[in-house]
Amino acid sequence: MYQYNDKDQTLINERVVQFRDQTERFLKGEIPDDKYRALRLMNGVYVQTHAPLLRVAGPYGLLSSKQVRKLASIARDYDKGFCHFTTRQNIQFNWPALERVPDILEELASVQMHAIQTSGNCLRNTTSDQLAGVAIDELEDPRPYCEIIRQWTIFHPEFAYLPRKFKIAVSGAKLDRAATQFHDIGLHLVQNEHGEVGFKVFVGGGLGRTPVIGQVIKPFLEKKHLLSYLEAILRIYNLYGRRDNKYKARIKILVREAGLAKIRKKIDAEWALIKHKLELSPERIKEIQEQFRPPNYQLDAVQDTSYADKLANNADFATWVKHNTAEHKIDGYRAAYISLKAPDSPPGDCTESQLDTIADLADQYSFGMVRVTHRQNLVLADIKQADLFDLWQKLDAINCATPNIGKATDMICCPGLDYCSLANAGSIGVAKEINETLDSMDYVHDLGDLKINISGCMNGCAHQSVGHIGILGVDKKGVEWYQVTLGGSSENDAAIGERLGPAVSKQDIAPVIKILLEVYLEQRIDEDEPFLATVRRVGIGPFKEKTYATN
Amino acid sequence: MQLIKDKQITQDNWVYIVDETPLKADYIIVSLVRWRQERNQLSKIKHLGLRLEPDVELEEIANDLSHFQLIELYFPVFTDGRAFTHARLLRSRYGFTGDIRASGDFMRDQVFYLNRVGVTSFELNDQENAQQVIQSMHDFSVDYQESVA
Repeated sequence: MYQYNDKDQTLINERVVQFRDQTERFLKGEIPDDKYRALRLMNGVYVQTHAPLLRVAGPYGLLSSKQVRKLASIARDYDKGFCHFTTRQNIQFNWPALERVPDILEELASVQMHAIQTSGNCLRNTTSDQLAGVAIDELEDPRPYCEIIRQWTIFHPEFAYLPRKFKIAVSGAKLDRAATQFHDIGLHLVQNEHGEVGFKVFVGGGLGRTPVIGQVIKPFLEKKHLLSYLEAILRIYNLYGRRDNKYKARIKILVREAGLAKIRKKIDAEWALIKHKLELSPERIKEIQEQFRPPNYQLDAVQDTSYADKLANNADFATWVKHNTAEHKIDGYRAAYISLKAPDSPPGDCTESQLDTIADLADQYSFGMVRVTHRQNLVLADIKQADLFDLWQKLDAINCATPNIGKATDMICCPGLDYCSLANAGSIGVAKEINETLDSMDYVHDLGDLKINISGCMNGCAHQSVGHIGILGVDKKGVEWYQVTLGGSSENDAAIGERLGPAVSKQDIAPVIKILLEVYLEQRIDEDEPFLATVRRVGIGPFKEKTYATN
Repeated sequence: MQLIKDKQITQDNWVYIVDETPLKADYIIVSLVRWRQERNQLSKIKHLGLRLEPDVELEEIANDLSHFQLIELYFPVFTDGRAFTHARLLRSRYGFTGDIRASGDFMRDQVFYLNRVGVTSFELNDQENAQQVIQSMHDFSVDYQESVA
């Protein structure tokens, strides 16, 4: 993984000093609330219902075991013993005291971490595929480009005060695991007709109040032009994005109001003026790629026979392997998911002792690296098949081996009313109730691939509009209600879910989900037809009919 | 009034003249509206500056830049980041070599960025903290992107 050089380290050390000074000036009353608000947000600090929230950057989701141990110690020393992993591969602490945030930043800086631009109207953490570098369907590892973009975005002097937040995601695989079409800019590594690898560029995607699927603005961008093209898009957005209404300020609205053709023309005109100045040299790309070289895989890993024996003789292990591991490009290795979706704990949360164990397991089995997924789980990407059984047992011992990755109980869930000052309704409680309804693992497995996303308000942090089943909390005269959508997807077949009908009450939401799943089981052609395919084939009619007939 | 120019505290000789009031000063800054209306008369003034609001289209004034010794980028609100692009383009695209000044609601914590995109002087909202404002221009000793200044 990328190791900081002196410059990177100096920059984050100086940031700690700067933010400490800003916070001290605020606490002394020398910076007004509105100005400090902008400054603290650009350092991931929110003022929340119960306490400030600190969002730490997880660059494209890649963490070292040392960093994971640091997160554990911060959770112990500054928080209530846990942290939360987000859909943007970041890490949140929910209870730090504002005056201690500079100390936390100093701790983070000691392991090459920071909270720069994890919130605010600026360029945010660049996200990617959790299987980057190991996926069998990958054209090229996207992480070197993520790192190049990371450096370009940090303290970019021209784009620090954008109309609104700006998110970039990069995918290098056939299957889009990074929801790139729902980002302000989505980048897919693709091959052109001459066999050259470059980027297909999507622009104007986004979730939140107005979910929009990104459109292709450039079918093929040469690698050397990556930064100049991003700069051209950002410059046009900075100049022409709306600043009169924060709900209309994202680039998706600019693209919609002006039209893709007009925006493309403007961006291309800008790009033509700067592309020669900001070229990425092959040497620069190679230098960064060197930092993401494959680890020293054991080429005889595939010779091991114990794995096949264990699979044949231990049904629980086999179930876990089937659902919680993924194929690896090296024979004899698999990528293993660490499920943070145990039925009895809030989705995406991880305790300090779990973090410590995970760091140890990463060191022991996976070259000391951990990845954060877009769906709020973790991955140990390089596990020898001979080690999978031991790893499974050790994960099981810390409640991280629930075999539910990509299944109904692997829900994306925002903190909701429990923590968030924006929320209109609870979400963690709903996830818990759904879990209680789906208490049979066999039933969950029978339901197959199913993505349920739950957001406590229309800001949509849990991406409910692209859930196969989306649940959105709304407030009706002080009472929590839930709107349900069906048929969303954030993958290659990107789609925004269709509303099922009127919102349902809190007590009805879990039973309604149960009804929807029963309708699916009745309607599917066979076990091979996943939920999403059935919804697309039969439409929402049968689901709607059953839901509202019984309510 | 005090001013920070080229990282030094200095006396501000320039005066912004409100539209439709007499041009009584040696160093005069005018609005874009006034420049467009009174261009002929104004171009005779020796020391002339132009105030730009964030909604300006720089291209439309690119050919007029030689008339000005100073461009003032006015911040109606500190969150409006268009001036950052304007400063950068004035320097790198339109070759403006005079003084670029920030005024209005910008804050100390933005001067590091503003300095990097080519702003050379800062009207002080808070006279007492001039030294700290200068210090903030050195918040970082390293960066990832090219600076204009």
